[in-house]
Amino acid sequence: MSALPAFLRRGFSHGVHPAGFKDRTADLPIQRMPFVGRYVMPLNQHLGAPAIPVVEVGDSVRRGQLIAEPGAFVSTSLHSPVTGRVAAIANRRFPGGVFARSIEIAADPYATQRLDPRPPADWRDLTSDDFVAQVQRAGIVGMGGAAFPSHVKYSIPEGQRIDHLLVNGAECEPFLTNDHRLMVERPDALLRGIEIILHNLGIQEATIGVELNKPDAISALQRQLTPSQPVSVVPLEVKYPQGAEKMLIKAIYNMEVPAGELPRDLGIAVNNVGTVVAIADWFETGAPLIERIVTVSGPGVENPSNLIVPLGTPVREVLNYCGGLKDGPIELIMGGPMMGMPIASLDVPVLKGTSGILAFTEGSDFRPREYPCIRCGRCLEACPYFLNPSRLARLAKARLYAEMKDYFVMDCVECGSCTYSCPSRIPIVQLIRSAKSQLRQQGADDP
Amino acid sequence: MSTKDPRLLLQAAPLLKQHLTTRGAMLDVLLALLPATLAGLWFFGLSGLLVLSASILGSIVTEWFFTPQDARRRHLLDGSGFLTGLLLGLTLPPSLPLWMAFLGGAVSIGLGKLIWGGLGQNLFNPALVGRAFLLATFPNAMTTWSPAGGPGDFFRLHASNLAMPFMHVEYDGVSAATPLGMMKFDQQDTSLSNLLIGNTAGCIGETSGLLLLLGGVYMVWRRVIDWRIPTSILASVAALATVFFLVDPETYPGPLFSIFAGSLLIGAFYMATDPVSSPITPRGAWLFGIGIGLLVILIRFFGGFPEGVMYAILLMNAATPLIDRYTQPRVFGRGRAPR
Repeated sequence: MSALPAFLRRGFSHGVHPAGFKDRTADLPIQRMPFVGRYVMPLNQHLGAPAIPVVEVGDSVRRGQLIAEPGAFVSTSLHSPVTGRVAAIANRRFPGGVFARSIEIAADPYATQRLDPRPPADWRDLTSDDFVAQVQRAGIVGMGGAAFPSHVKYSIPEGQRIDHLLVNGAECEPFLTNDHRLMVERPDALLRGIEIILHNLGIQEATIGVELNKPDAISALQRQLTPSQPVSVVPLEVKYPQGAEKMLIKAIYNMEVPAGELPRDLGIAVNNVGTVVAIADWFETGAPLIERIVTVSGPGVENPSNLIVPLGTPVREVLNYCGGLKDGPIELIMGGPMMGMPIASLDVPVLKGTSGILAFTEGSDFRPREYPCIRCGRCLEACPYFLNPSRLARLAKARLYAEMKDYFVMDCVECGSCTYSCPSRIPIVQLIRSAKSQLRQQGADDP
Repeated sequence: MSTKDPRLLLQAAPLLKQHLTTRGAMLDVLLALLPATLAGLWFFGLSGLLVLSASILGSIVTEWFFTPQDARRRHLLDGSGFLTGLLLGLTLPPSLPLWMAFLGGAVSIGLGKLIWGGLGQNLFNPALVGRAFLLATFPNAMTTWSPAGGPGDFFRLHASNLAMPFMHVEYDGVSAATPLGMMKFDQQDTSLSNLLIGNTAGCIGETSGLLLLLGGVYMVWRRVIDWRIPTSILASVAALATVFFLVDPETYPGPLFSIFAGSLLIGAFYMATDPVSSPITPRGAWLFGIGIGLLVILIRFFGGFPEGVMYAILLMNAATPLIDRYTQPRVFGRGRAPR
């Protein structure tokens, strides 16, 4: 089934329309952030098993050199973001207020920091196993924020077939413009990445979904497309969470991914635009994933920007480069304002999944007073999964976690549309989040 | 390099919120009620004003009295107590003794809301609980109506308004019947224009069909009420009334009369839509509205009372948890929803 024409296409139902705040960075070209003194590479910055270091303290490393290899199949490689010396392999600060085992690298101040990549074998001659191994070797993960190792998506079980590549350029989170700028500035690389993936997975057709608030990205891609390419660019309604994988599939193919199944069970592979460009970079130049584009924005930042930041750069350095923070208490979010993670220290490094660093000042509505739920039903109309967030929040407050399962709490993707829409300012998704982690813990305790 | 790290706050995402607050929604409802309230004052004068004030005062004093000291300000400022008092007052006859209106307001908040655990916890619409209490306790006073006046009679006060508590009530000579009463007991029709404007006997705020509709449309536009509830109530009442009217036009009034006479509009737009006591699911809202429409017609056409909106809503309020349970939305990517 190909993408339906626009007038027949149905978007996903429900969802919310937060203000975009993207104009502050949407027109700013991507700049490269200069190198700093120290880099911290947490071994568990992707989903799955932590990577295992292959360097020791005191070793000299070159920029782009492998420093940790995958700890399991669902895991990936890490490469040094700079030329320097391994200063420590120890616990370092990680978003979420915890510590994680990390490789700390002191940059060599006299090195040129030139990347000397060796391109891997020609991507046209790879077997599918080789392709998967190459992607894992490059350390490529989903760049939208989840940081799920990409090669896992590309290893298709026996008997399954992928018919569609869906490239996610929705970027529905407010403030973020990193994918937007990437599509505007490197549409050629994106299309080459698509070609590589199509070839190696034997897919016939690719669709790039872009929200309508990025007309320049849509036209940049369309200008780059030749009629012979099996790629179409589909403009999407501006709506949150349009970029959630299953919502995007619903909007473009009008298919619901059944609960507990993956897009590939419907023959669809979904990749963020950043991931596709990372694939192109690896197969064309041999550059592994050692840097990424980060949108630095929010009312608390002096100079909002789109930056190419080497992985492992401390957030403190990134903010200093952007002119520092405004005075007063600041809330720092890694990722977008709807689903991002608050960070408790400026020493936290930029990770593979860091799409944005947002600083918020404490406004009058920052910690709003909570009113009782009046069952207005706005959360039901917001929830893209058609859950009953009002009921779930009530159950969570009563700690009736088991009963929440009957209301499919585990289907919640924590997009936050319910909390956004609640006029009583009840932290619905926060309650659901903690209930889910309780349930997961209980599940782990009594198998 | 920065000298000192800023104080970092740790508020879990999402940080963005839409603008409407619960308090704002209450204010929107109050604003929507304003035209019909002013019309009530136009037609029923000082008596209307005093009855409204007494029931609002009853609500607010009760809310104040039974709320812990540190929460008083917040609970009174959320506007829900005021709104309950106003809604009750608008459904009372203008000649009602003031102490009864006050007591009704107190019962609305006390037995209608606070005893359940406060805002958001009650099963029944608080204003209607107060009204049902008054109708059961003072049936005579609650069904004695006075004709609608004009601005000229504004300062004409009903003697019965000032009756002392628990004393015998003296009514003025002039009494009148409501359009529904005239229809039920005397088969006498009222002109549609009077029903639209509100120039009829009835409760203070229920008579002006046009202004109630105006406020209702405003609330739907502002999305403070679920449009499905008034739509399904009005549609089912109109459909059933049409059927009865076609079968026996001598006995039964037409659909327009059924919609605009009595308290159907104020009930459909302002009482049944109380989010706390109505279903939260979209399909549940349809069922709820259809159930109310059905009960209204049953009570009006076959019951002993000329009006049935209050009991229809209260009965469907009682069914709300059950309706909610059986109309859970279908979850994305799943077959059927849980019960």
